[in-house]
Amino acid sequence: MLLSAAVAIAERRSGRLGDKYYAGRSHIVLERSLIAFKSSTWVVIVTGFVEPVLYLLSFGYGVGKFIGSIDSGTGRMVSYAAFIAPGLLATSAMNGAIYDSTWNVFFKLRESRLYHAMLATSLGPLDVALGEIAWALLRGLIYAIGFMAVVAPLGLIPSWWGILAIPAAVLIAFGFASIGMAITSYFTSFQQMSLVNIVLLPMFLFSGSFYPLTVFPGWVQGMIKALPLSQAIQLVRGLTLGAINVGLLSHVLYFLVMIACGLFITTRRLDALFMR
Amino acid sequence: MSENLIEVKGLTKKYGDFVAVNGIDFHVRKSESFGFLGPNGAGKSTTMRILAATSRRTSGQVSVLGKDPEIYGPQIRAHLGVVPQEGNLDVQLTVTENLYIYGRYFGLSSKFIRSKIDDLLEFAQLVDKRDVKVEALSGGMKRRLIIARSLVSEPDILILDEPTTGLDPQARHILWDRLFRLKEDGMTLLITTHYMDEAEQLCDRLIVMDKGSIMSEGSPADLIKKYSTKEVLEVRFGSNRNADMAPTLQNLCDRIEVLPDRILLYAEDAEAVLEDIIGAGHHPNTSLVRRSSLEDVFLRLTGRSLIE
Repeated sequence: MLLSAAVAIAERRSGRLGDKYYAGRSHIVLERSLIAFKSSTWVVIVTGFVEPVLYLLSFGYGVGKFIGSIDSGTGRMVSYAAFIAPGLLATSAMNGAIYDSTWNVFFKLRESRLYHAMLATSLGPLDVALGEIAWALLRGLIYAIGFMAVVAPLGLIPSWWGILAIPAAVLIAFGFASIGMAITSYFTSFQQMSLVNIVLLPMFLFSGSFYPLTVFPGWVQGMIKALPLSQAIQLVRGLTLGAINVGLLSHVLYFLVMIACGLFITTRRLDALFMR
Repeated sequence: MSENLIEVKGLTKKYGDFVAVNGIDFHVRKSESFGFLGPNGAGKSTTMRILAATSRRTSGQVSVLGKDPEIYGPQIRAHLGVVPQEGNLDVQLTVTENLYIYGRYFGLSSKFIRSKIDDLLEFAQLVDKRDVKVEALSGGMKRRLIIARSLVSEPDILILDEPTTGLDPQARHILWDRLFRLKEDGMTLLITTHYMDEAEQLCDRLIVMDKGSIMSEGSPADLIKKYSTKEVLEVRFGSNRNADMAPTLQNLCDRIEVLPDRILLYAEDAEAVLEDIIGAGHHPNTSLVRRSSLEDVFLRLTGRSLIE
């Protein structure tokens, strides 16, 4: 039998480790998102960018006027706006990633059955997971650059280390997107998605975006610091304020573990859902 | 001797305690159009999903193009074109974009796919809809697009799960015509259906399935010859009287089936039976003489209608 191009391509990967789960084509899943994006509304993208900027203007300059300077946690005093800017960057990285990996993923999983179509081809579940997350990251990257382009000229990024806040935001988005997709794979109705907000909102309010965690008793601080958003804020704030220490690497490690767990669960779940 | 593309032995699939497919055997030859006829829940779709490497079997042996789909999933799927029962076109994309990206999922180059798109649009009769979002298409157009989409990777086997369910008669005939062309071009087709006319039109050979088991196997004509008579007389005496009339009519034909709304009388010459009935002084409200179909085969094999 004459081999078709599609078969020849699939045969090439045959026998490699994980060839049932990964065909090396997550970029094609990303390509699909780009094609869909061309004809979708720009509103979603614009909202993702505007939201943290509005928070910054309202709290940073509104509330900040009454606060003046604040101890950044390293003994150095910074303006209130400079204190919350990294917190907002980390939060918007989280929100964007979660939005993409919950609502968008749920729709493609349960409503439009897009993943069914993808997995009927020679793609594997890890291609789908990575490709979809890559799209969330690309958007996260654009948001982060946009936010930095607004806050840096305002003098809210005192340190040159701050430029690393952009890749940090992408890392944070990667962590949340992979966990978000894993969780979404367990949802069977839109209503269950509200559970995500129930977790996210308090995390947003108490993770130290708007004030130092030192306001809490020691044991509460310890608990909050273990939460992913708090980890994210500590990482980004350390970079923008130039408080560089080995501790920042622990936050990076935290997100690497989160990414690995999320991808592992997502791949397993997609395989279980589609290979029933 | 023709080559077997698919060989299945003792295939069983359980979901917990529920046995969806119960130890079935069959094979499909190259360029054959092979059907799975049975009511909803017979295990047709489950069998298809196992062949298409998107479901794992509980036990038994399956070979598709000489390989086990459970071990060589992506490689097997690269050989197949799949038309699922539930539409799963990419609703955010246009007709052309759907064809394009689906080819890309197989790793095909943009250039290769673009060279095929015009032919596929022509085949699906969607040339003038090429830049339309798929949501705006009718049910029949969507189904044709899914078929065209499944062909972009030049598959060796096309798997169609209930290809015309939910379509109006005109759309069904257009679709049958398209599938017939593929068959003429030598494509191996696997078709599940609960429409007997579809099975008769499209399938060279088929298996009749019920409750996870194969009831019989053969060509539509062979099955009809084996399990039914040449002709059927359908008479209606009204819902209350059908059952009462049955004993009287029994001796006039080879076999009788009493359904709630009508009586089916099987005979080589149904017209003669009708004359006998009228001659005996019985007057059915309505009567119809027709050729036997796979519906009759199914009724004989299971005691039930295909569509309930």
